[in-house]
Amino acid sequence: MSKDFGIYGGQYVPESLMTVLKVLEKEFETYGKSEEFKEEYMYYMRQYVGRPSVLYYAENLTKALGGAKIYLKREDLNHTGAHKINNAIAQALLAKHMGKTKVIAETGAGQHGVATATVAALFGMDCEVYMGTEDIERQKLNVFRMELLGSRVVPVSTGTGTLKDATNEAIRTWVARAEDTFYIIGSAVGPHPYPTMVRDFQRIIGDETRKQILEAEGRLPDRVYACVGGGSNSIGMFYPFIEDKDVKLIGVEAAGKGIETGLHASAFSGGKVGILHGMKSSILQDNECVVKTAYSISAGLDYPGVGPEHAYLHDIGRVNYTSIKDDESIEAFKALCRYEGIMPAIESSHALAQAMKEAPQMSKDDIIVICLSGRGDKDVHTVAKYLGKEI
Amino acid sequence: MNRIDKKFQDLKAQGKKALITYISAGDPTIEKSEQFIYALEEGGADIIELGIPFSDPLADGPVIQEAGLRSIADGFNFGKLEALVNNIRKNSQIPLVVMVYYSSIICYGTKEFIDLLVKIDVDGVIMPDLPYEEYDEVKPYIDKTDLCMVPLVAVTSGDRVPMLVKEAQGFVYCVSTLGVTGGQSNFDKRIDAFLAEVKKYSPVPVCIGFGISKKADCDRFNKIGDGCIVGSAVIREINKSGGDPEAVKAFAESLAD
Repeated sequence: MSKDFGIYGGQYVPESLMTVLKVLEKEFETYGKSEEFKEEYMYYMRQYVGRPSVLYYAENLTKALGGAKIYLKREDLNHTGAHKINNAIAQALLAKHMGKTKVIAETGAGQHGVATATVAALFGMDCEVYMGTEDIERQKLNVFRMELLGSRVVPVSTGTGTLKDATNEAIRTWVARAEDTFYIIGSAVGPHPYPTMVRDFQRIIGDETRKQILEAEGRLPDRVYACVGGGSNSIGMFYPFIEDKDVKLIGVEAAGKGIETGLHASAFSGGKVGILHGMKSSILQDNECVVKTAYSISAGLDYPGVGPEHAYLHDIGRVNYTSIKDDESIEAFKALCRYEGIMPAIESSHALAQAMKEAPQMSKDDIIVICLSGRGDKDVHTVAKYLGKEI
Repeated sequence: MNRIDKKFQDLKAQGKKALITYISAGDPTIEKSEQFIYALEEGGADIIELGIPFSDPLADGPVIQEAGLRSIADGFNFGKLEALVNNIRKNSQIPLVVMVYYSSIICYGTKEFIDLLVKIDVDGVIMPDLPYEEYDEVKPYIDKTDLCMVPLVAVTSGDRVPMLVKEAQGFVYCVSTLGVTGGQSNFDKRIDAFLAEVKKYSPVPVCIGFGISKKADCDRFNKIGDGCIVGSAVIREINKSGGDPEAVKAFAESLAD
């Protein structure tokens, strides 16, 4: 199994982790690809997550924009409200098979933390979630959710006290405890084999979409949109379409307050090759090679790097990466609430905003699919604050 | 002969073990770093490990993380590193080993970085997040120079040990514990057997680091290894004394063989 995606990816970790990663790679290649695993994974996808998630024709939005037919892949309908659970269950199954009794995870906004706490409860595992002190303050509700689910939230105050540092601390902890502990990474990032594993555990999104659109329309879509932070929902959505050269794939990063302000989370605008969290990829850095803090209104997108496979797909031009600002994402959030009665996560609203820009210029015969990676209930406070409303 | 090899040759002749001390370059300022290096040398340090600050140091515990952040906050850059080492070399020939995360090397340019190390006349380089599998990206550049590329081996390296140490230069950095730098004396139980295994295969001296903070630790490991590497404990001493070079010197004296 290749550890690289072009010049990206790899395993840039302390020697103490190398044996652990090699064992993990082997388990992923054998058990992770076995029929036994697939059956178990699919059982939980159906019975616990509620898959397949529907591919919904957004008729009102389509009519309002007057262009391409818009379909939404409803990952927001999954148990726990986002795509994160697909990967968390798969990694927990792997952990269980490897005889690990404890799991650790990093979290920024808390969505992956909640997903991991959920599967830990389901499989009776001990769970610790590493979370930056800044994020703990901003995401109190998710902290309490994780505690209700029986997990411990470990505050990380080093560095900037955000997702980047929580991930460092989770990796450091894993180095010390790998013998009985499995690290469930939440995005398509980290050292090999994580980016490949997470992609394979999320490709169910794209596999289902492909089948569903063929059933609904008898053909593949013209364009597919997904938001990109670390890039797990997007790589899961895009991967099954990579060989379909006529399907345009559009990854949408967070432009925050605008790329020119420097307050953004777009690794493809202003990022350069570097190492973060054990992978080589496009990383936001300052002139002295210090990793910069990313910014976005969406806590799930403010990551200063991007998964290595995205960096590769960017270089070869197979996926077109663009970015959407805070205000544009909020407008899209509001539009979907009003037109369809669906409240999207602010993360997903970035993909939606880009699609809403392009759809009116497309023909009525064109078809587009947007990955609605999560639901927006968690973001209501953020949106209220942004709009200056007290709730 | 490289200064590191010469140093180990001299130590062997005297029947002594090496004391390698780490400081983070530019913590709290470049000027202070220079003073600390002289203080450590006067106190008996044989080799200085000079850490290049990085925002996301995966192998380091909180003490070294914070030291790096202080240095970054003071405006550390490679120009300052160059000035620091140039000054040191006017006054001291102590072997200097640069400890640098690979991201900084990529950012600066691999060839340019190795050229810089040669130009400023340091003696070796340790890259804690560049495992054997990724060596090819840097080693060809180092092989053209007299710089020593010091490999790290860990208790969990297992049957990787012969592969990891076969081309070691200067010394082998043996990680005493699972986890990060700065833990205190909670060494892995397998360490003694492991160290013996590393010594069996290594063509160069084997030194032990991570969690070594006092004379008793050094004595324990000097019985089996060729020297000890002390990092976080030095920085703690710097912090405790408010950056007093005399205290730093005294601390090195307390550790030296």
